[in-house]
Amino acid sequence: MDIDVVKVGMADLNSALHPCMITTLGLGSCVGVALYDPKTKISGLAHVMLPSSEQAKNNSNIAKFADTAIVKLVDDMVKLGAKRERIVAKLAGGAQMFVFNGGSDLMRIGYRNVVASKEKLAELNIPIISEDTGGNYGRTIELYSDDGRLMIKTIGFGIKQI
Amino acid sequence: MAISFDELNHLQLDVLKEIGNIGAGNAVTSLAKMLDKRVDMAVPKANILGFDKVTQILGGEEMLVVGILLNVTGDITGSMMFTMDIHAARQLVNILFGNKVSTSLEFDELELSALKEIGNILTASYLSALAGLTNLKILPSVPELAIDMAGAILSVPAIEFGKIGDSVLYIETEFSEGITKVFGDFLLIPDVDSYEVLLKALGVIE
Repeated sequence: MDIDVVKVGMADLNSALHPCMITTLGLGSCVGVALYDPKTKISGLAHVMLPSSEQAKNNSNIAKFADTAIVKLVDDMVKLGAKRERIVAKLAGGAQMFVFNGGSDLMRIGYRNVVASKEKLAELNIPIISEDTGGNYGRTIELYSDDGRLMIKTIGFGIKQI
Repeated sequence: MAISFDELNHLQLDVLKEIGNIGAGNAVTSLAKMLDKRVDMAVPKANILGFDKVTQILGGEEMLVVGILLNVTGDITGSMMFTMDIHAARQLVNILFGNKVSTSLEFDELELSALKEIGNILTASYLSALAGLTNLKILPSVPELAIDMAGAILSVPAIEFGKIGDSVLYIETEFSEGITKVFGDFLLIPDVDSYEVLLKALGVIE
């Protein structure tokens, strides 16, 4: 079966009808928020860079922030025919790529992105069914619309499915 | 006041590019001293680019790269990153260890600390050129090193830039020792308020 391969860049989001595979490459401290409606198999993925649009000096790109990106992604999926109440989430990324003593803001951003994404999902009543976050390594993720599985590929830490 | 690249005029951009060139030139001179060899450098290419373009230049988001990151304090604050392709890193290490012949993409402890030291020297001399030009106090921290996908490594500076805009000041350098060509890239990441300090010190804004 031919499937659409949809790429999501940094600070970007995309959604698509079944059959599709949505991917984002080389997630580091950013977080990949994968959303899926199991009935219609409509899938969506956001590559979130920063926790909150409210603290940003320039928040014109809503795909960049956890709070605004997730809302937009859900809306886009609903427009395609997904039902809000059925949507479930999987999270990946939020790594700390460099280890510094002291732990400045710059260093904790991955963790803060994960926390902000979870808060927004909780607010929207979207359950998180699995996650692969943290660590100190990059991840490429692929969301498959046939069953909503999220494949996670790393360099040196293997491949897994959540 | 926060300044984003989108708001800079041509003159200001040219000045930022030029300090990038001078910084990279100084860095390569230091590398030549460290290797005790003649190192040639092509004129660095300085550009303001979107994040996606930067990963493309590095060979795609999944390309294996070495990233060296350090924090900057003093009159300006922020961070600085030097990245190079994993094969370039191997070549540099081989040169440093007396023309060792290895193609391994894995580095042992000693080689990793050598790479970190190369990063330290390159970034510190880049910053000292910048300090000299601006008369600003610029203090680099001890650098940290990571080897991973380009996208993941670059997410760290991209996030910092992301707070103020969607593009980065990116300087591509190409240097060679004999027939060995090595590419490396500098990313200077001043904190939001430090652009103004930097541009003021250079006399391009009042």
